[in-house]
Amino acid sequence: MRIVVAMSGGVDSSVAAALLAEQGHDVIGVSMQLYPSTSSGRDPSTGSGHAHASAGHATSTSAGHAASVASQGFGTCCTIDDLNDARRVATALGIPHYILNFERQFDEQVMSNFVSEYVGGRTPIPCAHCNSDVKFASLLTRARGFEADVLATGHYARVEADGGRYRLRRGLDPGKDQSYFLFSLTQAQLARAAFPVGHLDKDTVRAHAHRLGLAVADKPDSQEICFVPDGDYAAFVERRAGDAARPGAIVDDAGTTLGTHGGVHRFTVGQRKGLGLSAGVPLYVVGIDAARGEVTVGPRAALERVSLTASGVNWISGAAPAGWRPVTAQIRHRHRPAAARVRAGDEGRAELEFDAPQTAITPGQAVVFYDGDEVVGGGWID
Amino acid sequence: MRIYLDHNATTPAAPAVVNRMTAVLRDTWGNASSVHHFGQQAKAVLDEARSAVATLIGAAPSEVVFTGGGTEGDNLAIRGAAEARQAAGRTHLITTGLEHEAVLTTMQALARRGFTLTLLPVDARGLVDPDSLAEAITDRTALVSIMHANNEIGTIQPIAALAAIARAHGALFHTDAVQSAGKIPVDVEALGIDLLSISGHKFYGPKGAGALWIRRGVRIAPALTGGRQERGRRAGTENVPALAGLGVAAALARQSLAGTAPRLAALRDRLERGILDGVPGTEVNGATDPRVPNTTNISVDRVEAESLLIALDLEGIAVSSGSACSSGTLEPSHVLKAMGLPHPRTLNSLRFSLGAGNTEAEIDHVIEVLPALVAKLRSLAGVAYR
Repeated sequence: MRIVVAMSGGVDSSVAAALLAEQGHDVIGVSMQLYPSTSSGRDPSTGSGHAHASAGHATSTSAGHAASVASQGFGTCCTIDDLNDARRVATALGIPHYILNFERQFDEQVMSNFVSEYVGGRTPIPCAHCNSDVKFASLLTRARGFEADVLATGHYARVEADGGRYRLRRGLDPGKDQSYFLFSLTQAQLARAAFPVGHLDKDTVRAHAHRLGLAVADKPDSQEICFVPDGDYAAFVERRAGDAARPGAIVDDAGTTLGTHGGVHRFTVGQRKGLGLSAGVPLYVVGIDAARGEVTVGPRAALERVSLTASGVNWISGAAPAGWRPVTAQIRHRHRPAAARVRAGDEGRAELEFDAPQTAITPGQAVVFYDGDEVVGGGWID
Repeated sequence: MRIYLDHNATTPAAPAVVNRMTAVLRDTWGNASSVHHFGQQAKAVLDEARSAVATLIGAAPSEVVFTGGGTEGDNLAIRGAAEARQAAGRTHLITTGLEHEAVLTTMQALARRGFTLTLLPVDARGLVDPDSLAEAITDRTALVSIMHANNEIGTIQPIAALAAIARAHGALFHTDAVQSAGKIPVDVEALGIDLLSISGHKFYGPKGAGALWIRRGVRIAPALTGGRQERGRRAGTENVPALAGLGVAAALARQSLAGTAPRLAALRDRLERGILDGVPGTEVNGATDPRVPNTTNISVDRVEAESLLIALDLEGIAVSSGSACSSGTLEPSHVLKAMGLPHPRTLNSLRFSLGAGNTEAEIDHVIEVLPALVAKLRSLAGVAYR
């Protein structure tokens, strides 16, 4: 079978390609160029002068971004070095390798959304958009143009055929599972998806890489959003949206002004650090009102919610459940799945009620519904 | 079976070139600057190669400076002429939007260092109007650089008419003949120019070997300084084996040109006709005449060249989209952009460049498989998965 493998230059997708080639498939390696290649993506003109949003994620109760992207393992694809790594692996495997230019799609589908979400006071997950709107959309179409039946990636997830339908399940390595980032794949996309390392754990993947003599065998997992390699999301947002840095007030839940801030895009719900406040008790961002430019803070207890609504909901089976369905739900990548029930609404919406309150339900992050290790669906937290 | 239709990117070295280079690398390893026997032997090899290159372009051997290829020749010509003439108050440079990056980027670098730069307009056929040069040129113009044949579309500029205008204003005229040398007759006297760069690997010679022809009496500053090699215009120990290969390639090109050109033109026309007839929504980019005999550039409506290029490669057919130097990234062809072609067309154009080894059977095979590949890609364009 002819299979296109999306090769990021990392160990996971390299081993994915290698395993498929070993199985005798007609493997074609492709790497996506996602932004201009003249540098590694770093902009030396930007320092780290901002007390930016990601600083807040270091707390144990932190929500969202830094935590969610920290370990997904395919963050720094597509720098020149990574593309060269992918090419070297392809050469070693004896498979053809092409670099495809997705700069326009990535800009329109992923980076623009990333910026508008932060400006809107939300905390986006660009990797999920990249998967569903670029990899398993544009790239899959390209793969079909090359007469390939399947697009494989190095994600830690599993797709299984079941009587004409496709199930999406967690990767077997609980520390590496990336199914959270794949919740919006449709049946049509899953029908042509393969995740060759999804049934392996990371150590085994690295062992395969060593066995095959791949130069990337010991390459560290990436820790950043690929297009913000310095981790300074706020500076990136400001470069892309010049008017983002609108100062506003930091208030408590009674509306009392406690301080000021340099723009709502610097904050995420659950953030504790970088608020510039001195209060007797630790204060967390509990809400962001982009329209008013207001960041609301409160004690940790104020972060707790028992329900949420979501939009852009995808049901993996293709059909929404009738009535309330019991699930476990994850509100960020590193969230321990919590018992809940979910009900479909109109226009791709859903409401979800947890059995017990959850801390820092963050708008813009995904909520993904599971039944055991199977993905039922998911959506974007309102 | 693999079919190579990317000869404007590079060509396979001719067997005689390989033999000569191998022999020189093994047997004539002296330093051409040395006084002794070994140096004299190496020098003799260079002399022979220099004569062959001079003969190819109708020049005197003493006017030929060996370089490391086309890009180096372009740099030496442009930087060298600009620097040499700057003192006389000539700080204006003229080129066109069609040029190879070796010229364009070099010109732009000089423009950041105090030179003024004029980019002449190019018409939709990919040709420069001599009247536009006459309008742009001044008595402060140091250098005009306009390529002889374009690497992407193959059109041939009216160099003699353009050079005459430059001469009338006391400006030097350089032409990048990398894509014309070996494909069509190139005669520096007939062209009436001052500087001309060529590259060996475009006509079955080795990579990393080229030449800059500098008209006797024209002074340019060296780009590489050091020893007195190449009369002080290109320092560094000569790459004797590669230059020997360049010489053989030049001699072969001169011998075979009259026979090869009409054969390639017939094959190219057969390919072009076959594609235009067999694939709806296809158009030739640029003037079909005057054009080098081996090149055609065709836009395929509603197909990204990047995808078609890969689909063809998976079928064993090697072509190019735009110039090889900018592939790997999908920038619209700056050549087609300079011609004013609409954006989609600058992204969906393929270059087929034929060479001595291509056969009618190969061309017919391409004509046969292309329609289905295009139809497949078109059927997927805009496929929604959501």
